[in-house]
Amino acid sequence: MNPPDGGHAGGAGLALALPGASRRPGGPPPVEIRGLWVSYGDRPALEDITWTAAPGLTAIVGPNGAGKSTLLRAILGLTPAQRGEVRLLGAPAAAMRGRVGWLPQRAAVDWDFPASALDVVAMARAPRIRWFGPMPRREREAARAALAEVGMADHADRQIGRLSGGQQQRVFLARALAQEAALLLMDEPFAAVDAATEAAIVAVLRRLAAEGRSVVAVHHDLATVPAYFDQVLLLNRRVVAAGPVAEAFTPQAVAAAYGGRLLRFGETAVLAEPGG
Amino acid sequence: MSAAAFLQLDLPPLLAALLAGGTCGLLGSFLVLRRESLVGDALAHAVLPGIVLGFALTGLRAGLPMLAGALVAALLAVGAIGLVRRAARLEPGAATGAVFTVFFALGLVLLEATGARAVDLDLDCVLFGQLETLVWPAATGWHSLRDPAALAALPRQLGLLAGVAAASALVVALLWRPLQLLCFDPGYARVLGLPVRRLETALSLLVAAAAVAAFEAVGSILVVALLVCPAAAVRLATERYAAQVLGGAALGAALAALGYALAGPLPAALGLPLSLSAGGVIGTLGGLAVAAAALAARGRRAVPA
Repeated sequence: MNPPDGGHAGGAGLALALPGASRRPGGPPPVEIRGLWVSYGDRPALEDITWTAAPGLTAIVGPNGAGKSTLLRAILGLTPAQRGEVRLLGAPAAAMRGRVGWLPQRAAVDWDFPASALDVVAMARAPRIRWFGPMPRREREAARAALAEVGMADHADRQIGRLSGGQQQRVFLARALAQEAALLLMDEPFAAVDAATEAAIVAVLRRLAAEGRSVVAVHHDLATVPAYFDQVLLLNRRVVAAGPVAEAFTPQAVAAAYGGRLLRFGETAVLAEPGG
Repeated sequence: MSAAAFLQLDLPPLLAALLAGGTCGLLGSFLVLRRESLVGDALAHAVLPGIVLGFALTGLRAGLPMLAGALVAALLAVGAIGLVRRAARLEPGAATGAVFTVFFALGLVLLEATGARAVDLDLDCVLFGQLETLVWPAATGWHSLRDPAALAALPRQLGLLAGVAAASALVVALLWRPLQLLCFDPGYARVLGLPVRRLETALSLLVAAAAVAAFEAVGSILVVALLVCPAAAVRLATERYAAQVLGGAALGAALAALGYALAGPLPAALGLPLSLSAGGVIGTLGGLAVAAAALAARGRRAVPA
């Protein structure tokens, strides 16, 4: 399902004509990975990942330990790769430092930290502003606007530990938005959130896609993949399947990724993992 | 007590306590916020071989050579901790513990081997601090505070402390926002393209410099009390970054000055036959401050939100 890797002259141009490769032809692929290997000590986490994301909304799906978060972290350079090349929006990943939006997993955050919701969102503007002195009004307004966009304007001054789980997630979504990046990476944006937050996140994702921006998100809820995302990457340390959801997100591919049996009850996909 | 006696015997240690406590309290907030309080302890101990070598090579106590030696030792220790972590795949605490105790032990050996101990840099001072040895014999009255010749005769340690305090305050002010981000979410700081490694090195160097400075006041064992206790106590009492950083500095200065006063001058002024180790009293006050803050925080949280 990967587009041609440019081995032929004119290959990049041909890729635009591939069905389903992109709804907005013309831009470089948001994420392009070739031969990526990542291991923790002797334990391989990702093996020979070669994958090109099409513009739009992409879900990374796979079982626990499949290397989903590791892949996002490797794309960002937070986890070192043993081998492989990552290009973001057509440029080497290292050159894109500071220009990729990032929503980390909620569990990784120190919720006791003395920071308000507005403080957290304002952190996204750090590369644009002086390191000391009061925050420029324009930047403060940008941070407030991002909070408003996720419905959190009224909680700007609340310490982050005093927000509900869903509100906390929206604050971090606002922070990712405040980076005003063309590409956003999100690690489990829908994990353990309430219905209002889920709706708010979906609305934000749709707007980002409509603006021609791309999102690559680790996603755990198989049932909502077709509703929320255009593309999917099924991962289990290796690429199991990738491409438009309609083509790549098949029961067979999902079963192959999870290494277990996939049962269907109505619209809900339920997995029975061996021994689980 | 006469003005001259106060200026000669109490003002220098009081100033030293204020500067050391303020500097350590300021930097301690970043350690506590990064959940790396042990690193403060580690750096405070790991600087010892550098201090001893700096002293042994130049024969100067509390001079720039000691500070330079300490900074080099701190950098080596930070590098060694990283190396041990990667090479041995140890958890950070184990690597830190292994490295700083070895550095400290090396410092003790050097202290004996170089003969530094016999001269001036005695073990008690290194371990427990000697605030009481800071005196200003040139002071004859309040007018001495305006007398350049008398001021020039202030203990040299005060100059070092004042320099480290000013440098710390300046660096913290200039790196205000990056430090906040570094403490809260270093991964995000890297994603944004901030120079995370360099910021961490700057923080380590400042902590090492503060440890050298505070080493005069409370000794290398109790430095960690000044680095961690004020910041930890404030940590339990505020939800604002600015209040945390500035409050840590203020509480550190206050605890150190109060500890010095309680150890000797205050009982003496009241006619009590009591004289305690200033370092011990400062460390004890630090512990009490954390305990009080913890009790107050418990009380607040018991009220339903």
